Amino acid sequence: MTTLSIADGAQWLRRFFRRNFKVGIAYVALLALLGVYAGLQPRLFTKLVITATANQGMALVLASMGQTAVVLTAGIDLSVGPIVSLSNTLASTLFPDSVPGVIGVVVLVLLVGALAGLINGLIVVYGRLQPIIVTLATASIYSGFALMLRPRPGGYVPLWYGDLLTRRVFDLIPTSLVLLAFVLIFIWAPFRRSRLGLAVYAVGSDERAAYMSGLNVNRAKVAAYVMAGFLAALAGLFLTAQTSSGDATIGAVYTLQSIGAVVLGGTSLFGGSGGVAGTIAGAFVIRIISSVLFFAGINPLSQPLFEGLVLLIAISLGAARTFTLRNRLETMR
Amino acid sequence: MQPLVEARDITKRYDGVVALDQASFRCQPGSIHALVGENGAGKSTLVKILSGVVIPDAGTINVRGRPVVIDSPIVATRLGIGAVFQELSLMPDLTVAENIFITNPPRTHLGLVDRKALYRRAKQFLAELGFQDVDPDALIGELPLAQRQLVEIAKALSRDPQVLILDEGTSALTMQEVHTVFEIMERLRAQNRSVIFISHRMDEVEEIADTITIFRDGRNVASFPAGTVGREEMVQMMIGRKLEQVFPPKRALPAHEVPLLVIEDLSWGDTLRNISFRLGEGEILGLGGLEGQGQRELLLALFGVLRNVRGRIYVNGEEKQITSPAAAASAGIRLALIPEDRKTEGLILPMPVKDNITLATLHQYARFGLMMHHQERAAVDRVIEQLRIKVPSPSVTVRSLSGGNQQKVVIAKWLLTQAQIYLLYDLTRGIDVGTKHEIYQLMRALADEGAGILFFSTDLSELVGLCDRVLVLYEGRISAELSGEALSEENLVATALGMKANGREESPVRRMA
Amino acid sequence: MVTTSRAWLSLHRWLWGLNQEQRSVVIAYLMIVAIVGLGSLIMPQFASPNYLLLQLMKASFLGAVAAGQMMVILTGNIDLSVSWTLNLAAVMVTSIAQGQNERLWLGVLAGLAVGLIVGLLNGLGVAYLRIPSLVLTLGMDAVVKGVTVLYTGAQPKGESPELLNLIVHHKVWGGLPSVVLVWTAISLFCFIVLHRSALGRKIYAVGNNEICAYLSGVKSHRVLISAFVLSGLMNAIAGILLVGYAGRSFNGMGEPYLLPSIAAVVIGGTNILGGSGLYMGTVAGAIIITLLESTLSIMQISQAGRNIIYGLVILGMLFLYGRGSQIRE
Repeated sequence: MTTLSIADGAQWLRRFFRRNFKVGIAYVALLALLGVYAGLQPRLFTKLVITATANQGMALVLASMGQTAVVLTAGIDLSVGPIVSLSNTLASTLFPDSVPGVIGVVVLVLLVGALAGLINGLIVVYGRLQPIIVTLATASIYSGFALMLRPRPGGYVPLWYGDLLTRRVFDLIPTSLVLLAFVLIFIWAPFRRSRLGLAVYAVGSDERAAYMSGLNVNRAKVAAYVMAGFLAALAGLFLTAQTSSGDATIGAVYTLQSIGAVVLGGTSLFGGSGGVAGTIAGAFVIRIISSVLFFAGINPLSQPLFEGLVLLIAISLGAARTFTLRNRLETMR
Repeated sequence: MQPLVEARDITKRYDGVVALDQASFRCQPGSIHALVGENGAGKSTLVKILSGVVIPDAGTINVRGRPVVIDSPIVATRLGIGAVFQELSLMPDLTVAENIFITNPPRTHLGLVDRKALYRRAKQFLAELGFQDVDPDALIGELPLAQRQLVEIAKALSRDPQVLILDEGTSALTMQEVHTVFEIMERLRAQNRSVIFISHRMDEVEEIADTITIFRDGRNVASFPAGTVGREEMVQMMIGRKLEQVFPPKRALPAHEVPLLVIEDLSWGDTLRNISFRLGEGEILGLGGLEGQGQRELLLALFGVLRNVRGRIYVNGEEKQITSPAAAASAGIRLALIPEDRKTEGLILPMPVKDNITLATLHQYARFGLMMHHQERAAVDRVIEQLRIKVPSPSVTVRSLSGGNQQKVVIAKWLLTQAQIYLLYDLTRGIDVGTKHEIYQLMRALADEGAGILFFSTDLSELVGLCDRVLVLYEGRISAELSGEALSEENLVATALGMKANGREESPVRRMA
Repeated sequence: MVTTSRAWLSLHRWLWGLNQEQRSVVIAYLMIVAIVGLGSLIMPQFASPNYLLLQLMKASFLGAVAAGQMMVILTGNIDLSVSWTLNLAAVMVTSIAQGQNERLWLGVLAGLAVGLIVGLLNGLGVAYLRIPSLVLTLGMDAVVKGVTVLYTGAQPKGESPELLNLIVHHKVWGGLPSVVLVWTAISLFCFIVLHRSALGRKIYAVGNNEICAYLSGVKSHRVLISAFVLSGLMNAIAGILLVGYAGRSFNGMGEPYLLPSIAAVVIGGTNILGGSGLYMGTVAGAIIITLLESTLSIMQISQAGRNIIYGLVILGMLFLYGRGSQIRE
């Protein structure tokens, strides 16, 4: 056993802060936001409000985690929102009352989401088309399927399902946070820590170098899209618990908001750096802002403007690249 | 003894330029084999073919006596051939440890990447190699070039190669680090493996290699055990008696009060240090030295591409701030830059020849912003004829042209600007001999008309044959100025390696650790 | 017989002589013919001049937006601030003109100013701060939405001045809606800029290879800003015209135009990565999308089916254009 010297520890700390700078900013922003929220709404720290706040962000968190996987490969997934809708409409159409039945439907919906992601990935990789335009097209297709299932809002969601996901475990911790922990530990971490996850980061960092090193670039990219579809479907299942009904347009906002959450969280659109840690903070920031603005008594008409400004400033800070580069050519393609 | 790797009659052409001309190469097991030769001699191409990065047009390759087809880097790795090139194959956002073992990281019993074991194995491996200063947990993007080269070497070695190829993969290393790499090479030799390494540094070659092969003009000129041929003779074989490179006669420079360009104390980070020189009207001033000593950055700095450049620039006697290429090309300054990579920096390949030619002078053919087709066409036709660019029509895409003609298009673009100072980066690299001659005549003609030319070339004969003076750059500084009698290929080689002119050994080439 | 086969031969040779860009445009126009044919099989009046002119009218609005989007895409970027720029410009017209013809010009100026400012901000952010356009225009859209909501108080008040309605709906030459003339004017302008002007050359150069363009003395920053400003103006014009079409402005009117504008540009053969594409292709793309929507609604295919077919058509046409159209070196 080697003992860490204080110098080692200091170096590790310095490195940690330097590398996770952007994630740190996202969490600082989140904490600041929560601080303001607490100041305005003293009852923030009651179980009810904490649960409600966690619930408010959870669907976006899950969908944004999926988007993170794709962005890490230097791609983008515009079909995240429609997959959320598809998952929601499918669930609300198929849900029976019984527990085993519901579990069966949940599994089916997740498979459908993964399949949608698989299709995205295969077209991007083997069709050799740009992700933005492929997922634009598949977004339309998946939203069409969602509409087919639920032309009008409705459907059936068992009451106990909604209660289960939106309340608390042991009447203490919001179920949504437990679910998030579960996803992080049993779904994301195994992906991130596997050779495939490493390949995803490698491909995003420098696709050519990854190929030259002998990595299977195609497999990594397809895996990222499958993960995105799966998590988007999971987000839709959670959303179903919240709304207790199916609505084909419910997922629409998730596409662009998930991109915002990813960028806010410090993941680079050029791929290779970042991760879900920052994305989670980013998603919560986006969701909580409206509540904060509401409690701050800001004119509801000004809220969208504030939300937009915060988004714009945060995104710009995260993505601006000019300040560190001394050779102008490096800022160009 | 059966050679470990044998290549026979390898031919490779790029756009009509012959990179390898029925070249052969044989490497025995248990040897450290140096490949030397000038730029463009074909060494890099051969080695890229052996490592699966480039596919030859013709020829056979045998590994341990069996014929093989190496059509990708993965195949080469499986055959036991590992390569380290100058363009590194490292992922900047991943750590050193992750990069080294990227295709085969240690795993936990769950099948996930075992981070701790990865770190430990990397640390141990790097220590075994003698690279203990490299931090396995550092991101590649955070490392200086020297350490990245070490990581690249470690990565190649981690795949247990029978043949390790080093294509100038040690350019940024200190003496200490180079010796560490030499020790690795010796260990490989002791295990009956081989190392093929390409180097310009003759003292290193002499120190470590046991076999030396000289390439020239795409062929294997000579192969012999180290120590049996003297250095002068080797340099002779490298330079050789090529086709008569006839350079246009130089002229005596007119005496002028005010030189075209005066540079004082130009500095940029660590790459350019206090560069000062003058360029007069009608002068062809050469830039020499090994590649990567700041020549590219000097030209970019003069052209307004770099930020935070310190120092002063005077054009026609007036101090100027050059903040962008548009400014550099503008009426008061009239600079032109023919950049390093014509395919990515000099030309827009999918666009037609005529669009490329007029890209820098669009407004000369526009009235109220609208392009005047006839005027444009007239200018394009004129310059195509002047430079004798071979195109079926100016509307074909420039991608379809040969290398020489492509370079002529780049030159044409800048000729139309009627610049007074031309900055040229390795203008004739990868171009056939005929076109080279035409370009030499052109350069002379431009100088005779009063333009000033700053010309970096890796071709020594060009520097000697064309330039009135040559400034040799070494580590961002001007280490020597050669002119008149002193301007010879031997002196250029010597001063590029850090030695003084006349072959006397001076300070060592590399930095101390 | 000999003359027809010779005609076929020269047609064949012409088709083969086309480059990638031109071939995509030809395919796009053939697609229009195909859709009109299909539609007329289902509803004979589909091919009637009246109905087709109506389609052209509908396509004009998308056409304006797509024209601006094409400029931006050609430089290798994207403009996601379409919806709310359009919206705000429309709101400016109704709230400032307040239904009075005399104040129409003021309202139009205000609307155009909105487009100009948004485009300028987008361009500056992309060119100087080097913020990827995907996220910058996304954030800008959110901000403009905020400004609009604040300004209008949840729903805009004010009607469109009669004059504007007239301009849009009035039919000239026995049936051609004059808004189509506006689109034609816009198209003429865009065609000239892209294919006949120095700026157009620079746009294609920057989109293909910004480094080379920059090193050749092109002020690439200005080119980028110009592209975004033009896009902003086009979005504003579309908003102004839509006010005349609907008779009023309302929040959310810009939503249906964002994704279709991108689709129209891509279906028209422009490479999503920038650097190649012909303007006439984008015109065809806008028409195709409009026709597709109409055909599908006539076939009484539900919105669901329409979405699916819409997506499949985009994918299909991309594959048709050949993968080489999407890949660059």
